[in-house]
Amino acid sequence: MTTDSATAGLSDLDTGPGQLADRLDTVELAAATPNDEQPFAELGLRAEEYERIKDILDRRPTTAELAMYSVMWSEHCSYKSSAVHLRRFADLPRSDALLVGMGENAGVVDVGDGYAVTFKVESHNHPSYIEPYQGAATGVGGIVRDILTMGARPIAVMDSLRFGRADAPDTARVLPGVVAGVGGYGNCLGLPNIGGELLFDDCYLGNPLVNVLCVGVMRHEDVRLAKAEGVGNKVVLFGARTGGDGIGGVSVLASETFDAEGPAKRPAVQVGDPFTEKLLIEACLEIFAADLVTGIQDLGGAGLSCATSELASGGSGGMHVDLDAVPLRDSTLTPAEILMSESQERMCAIVEPAKVEEFLLVCRKWDVLATVIGEVTDGDRLTVDWHGERIIDVPPRTVAHEGPRYERPMSRPADLDALRADDPAQLPAPGSPAELRAAWLAVISSPDGADKSWVTEQYDRYVRGNTVLAQPEDAGVVRIDEHSNRGIALSLDGNARFARLDPYTGAQLNLAEAYRNVAVSGARPLAVTNCLNFGSPEEPEVMWQFAEAVRGLADGCRELGLPVTGGNVSLYNQTGDVPINPTPVIGVLGVYDDVRRRVPTGWRADRESVLLLGETRPEFGGSAWAAVVHGHLGGRPPRLDLPAERALGELLATLADEGLVSSAHDLADGGLAQTLTESALRYGVGATLTLDGDAFAALLAESVARAVVTTTDGATVLAAAAAAGVPVTELGTTGGDALVLTGLFDLSLEELRGAWTATLPALFSSPGAAVGIVPAGTVPTS
Amino acid sequence: MRIGVITFPGSLDDVDAARAVRLAGGEPVTLWHADDDLRDVDAVVLPGGFSYGDYLRAGAIAARAPLMRSVVDRAHQGLPVLGICNGFQVLCEAGLLPGALTRNSHLHFRNRDQGLRVERADTTWTSSYTSGQQIVVPVKNGEGRYVAADPELDRLEGEGRVVVRYVGGNPNGSSRDIAGVTSADGRVVGLMPHPEHAVEDLTGPSVDGLGFFTSVLAAAVAA
Repeated sequence: MTTDSATAGLSDLDTGPGQLADRLDTVELAAATPNDEQPFAELGLRAEEYERIKDILDRRPTTAELAMYSVMWSEHCSYKSSAVHLRRFADLPRSDALLVGMGENAGVVDVGDGYAVTFKVESHNHPSYIEPYQGAATGVGGIVRDILTMGARPIAVMDSLRFGRADAPDTARVLPGVVAGVGGYGNCLGLPNIGGELLFDDCYLGNPLVNVLCVGVMRHEDVRLAKAEGVGNKVVLFGARTGGDGIGGVSVLASETFDAEGPAKRPAVQVGDPFTEKLLIEACLEIFAADLVTGIQDLGGAGLSCATSELASGGSGGMHVDLDAVPLRDSTLTPAEILMSESQERMCAIVEPAKVEEFLLVCRKWDVLATVIGEVTDGDRLTVDWHGERIIDVPPRTVAHEGPRYERPMSRPADLDALRADDPAQLPAPGSPAELRAAWLAVISSPDGADKSWVTEQYDRYVRGNTVLAQPEDAGVVRIDEHSNRGIALSLDGNARFARLDPYTGAQLNLAEAYRNVAVSGARPLAVTNCLNFGSPEEPEVMWQFAEAVRGLADGCRELGLPVTGGNVSLYNQTGDVPINPTPVIGVLGVYDDVRRRVPTGWRADRESVLLLGETRPEFGGSAWAAVVHGHLGGRPPRLDLPAERALGELLATLADEGLVSSAHDLADGGLAQTLTESALRYGVGATLTLDGDAFAALLAESVARAVVTTTDGATVLAAAAAAGVPVTELGTTGGDALVLTGLFDLSLEELRGAWTATLPALFSSPGAAVGIVPAGTVPTS
Repeated sequence: MRIGVITFPGSLDDVDAARAVRLAGGEPVTLWHADDDLRDVDAVVLPGGFSYGDYLRAGAIAARAPLMRSVVDRAHQGLPVLGICNGFQVLCEAGLLPGALTRNSHLHFRNRDQGLRVERADTTWTSSYTSGQQIVVPVKNGEGRYVAADPELDRLEGEGRVVVRYVGGNPNGSSRDIAGVTSADGRVVGLMPHPEHAVEDLTGPSVDGLGFFTSVLAAAVAA
């Protein structure tokens, strides 16, 4: 695929060369001019895909049809490279908790008491690289509409961000804008940001990852689906007007690799208006409550092409749309552009004729523009007219659900054996307490390990008044019922170093970490979502990584008894021919019958016992220590032990239910050193601790299935752990204003705080960096 | 006691303000920006958010909403009004409170748990506190930097119109660490921090914010 922009391809179609300059390309004309050349390649279609469209239609497609197929058959919309692998998730044993599974806008999970929760992650990687603020902002907007479309009120967001090396000049360009965009849009929508990730690695320098999760809640009976049913029912487009922004976003940005010498792609990034989206949310919820729609779909990637074809494909009949009725921001748009536009803050609903008036009334109340643009028909075709002429006449399933599927070639990366043989055991280990102390400080003050307040203070975590825990806690925790105190927990985790060393195990390690984060917070893990960020599927080695990660995640979910509720695949994450490290970001949802049982990570009181649950081995492959101190990635990731994760999770749930622990914090990147730092600094309480055996492994190894808990009742916790088969080590006692490692060294909280908090402000606080990127006067910032 | 909470298009913390009223023992009453009826409420809260997307200037469009005409009229007759964050911006734009809120000095949106000192414990909205009391409530804004001309600031200080002041760090560059001010009669109060987010142990950094809502209830009982 070339990197010429699709917009250029389209304008060629409409103005030259030759055939279509002066004539509207109608179905009739297409039938009469079968041999006219069409720029399918510029629109991202392969020759065989173009031939298949001609076979389906039994003629050449019209310009508008070609546009529609090209965006819907893009990698982003069709999952053509990934679908054959994603079947593994659907093959998992059925879970009673899953009310709506994969294939809809988002999966829906039963969380008890008649409540259902829907949650999903979506990537907006390439737009965020080109235009950091708007790319990230519209990423939030898109996933929020997905959740809304299911019938739920969106209640929180999380963001999982990855950038190039923290001190790289381009990171200083991209990061402040992305953070401001996530915050600017989410804050203005009134959605608390309850957590996420922020990590740095050279592999993301030309291709940052911006993954946003949204979670919504509804009653079971309120679940909505994207289908057009009932002949004569009206198709209503509502929300913002359609403009020229984001044309070809899915085919150009999300489905291609960046080329350093390619043309600017700025026009393909959408521009967001969170105020309009807030009104759209409130209007939709009022429309749902009054039972005014039979089907609904949001307009995201591929815009009107996607919404109309998916609604028609999901229903039992056909659909007719009069494109002239679509309210436009730019009257010069061609019909193909209108169909491909990714203008934000738009939704499409199927409404019974008798309810149209009431529907429009609700929209008027919220100042939301709503227009009837078509109706459900009794055929099996999707037809679209423009200026009274038929420009589209297609079987909708062939557009939306029966796109191409590829079994891409796969090969194990040639460098994998060498990478795994490069064992970190050969690296110089800290030889003295002073060196170990220095390694601790290096890890916790590295950009990955450092305090993230510089970012998270730009996000509203309080709005709606139900946030129980937010970053820097292990999981985001939200109350969903003020009377029963039912609540949910969510964590997002994606260690790409582990996945690079072993994508099968790495995906499971990420699942294990997200599961553990939910469990240490006291919640019962219930369901899984994912955002799979990989390089180009046309590279066999990348495709192998992808297939292995999917296989690993599916096997891990089977072992933990958790369903995969849906997910998102983002491919072509590479610049030139260098793919990113495979980055499967895994989200786990947990539930609390009583969210007052949540367990925070910070130490609050003196004289509590500090206990380490789980077993530590000298495992440094892919560790933060190897990366930070030696710039090393090699060896094997830590040994996966899902039975141990499960035992730990069940023990922590019991301890939380019985109120036996005052804090719990998992061990992951940076090992015990990172965990102790965060727990101590949260409320400024130190501890005196004794490490047995190899202090280096004890502090910096990244063995799985571990957590630190504090308790006033050590004996009972020890007994409970023994009964659960979870190994326990007594580390010491909280208190004082330092972390005292008996026989090794002391770290005053003051020194620790200085090291931990200084890093990100030093890198990103120059005000100029932010000013240059946030478009002045266009960003609501109260 | 009926306390109205106004919802403008883009209001976000209206549910939080209503919850705070309820937890304080009052009856929250929903008010809609496009109405002109204050529904016999005994006091009004203008909640936080981004009314009208903060387009033009934060609070500027909301200050001209139909319901605000009634609020301004009744405030001049003594109706207690509390503006929180965007609500404070609306009150300044509506001329009920002096000064203006501008872009934070560091140019970022900032959300943190913030120390405040209650400078005036004799307004309708702060009588539950003691003068000089220090409290912790969340602050979260991008345009929360309180500004006024120096002579105006001197006058406000002289008249005791500064209700709450930031302590332990100024989150947005506000002049003289001013976090909130009052009308001359002590019945209209605006502040940038969010007392409605500090009303429950489970969800807030403290329950220090509840005092704003219990104060107005006490004032009504006394009246």
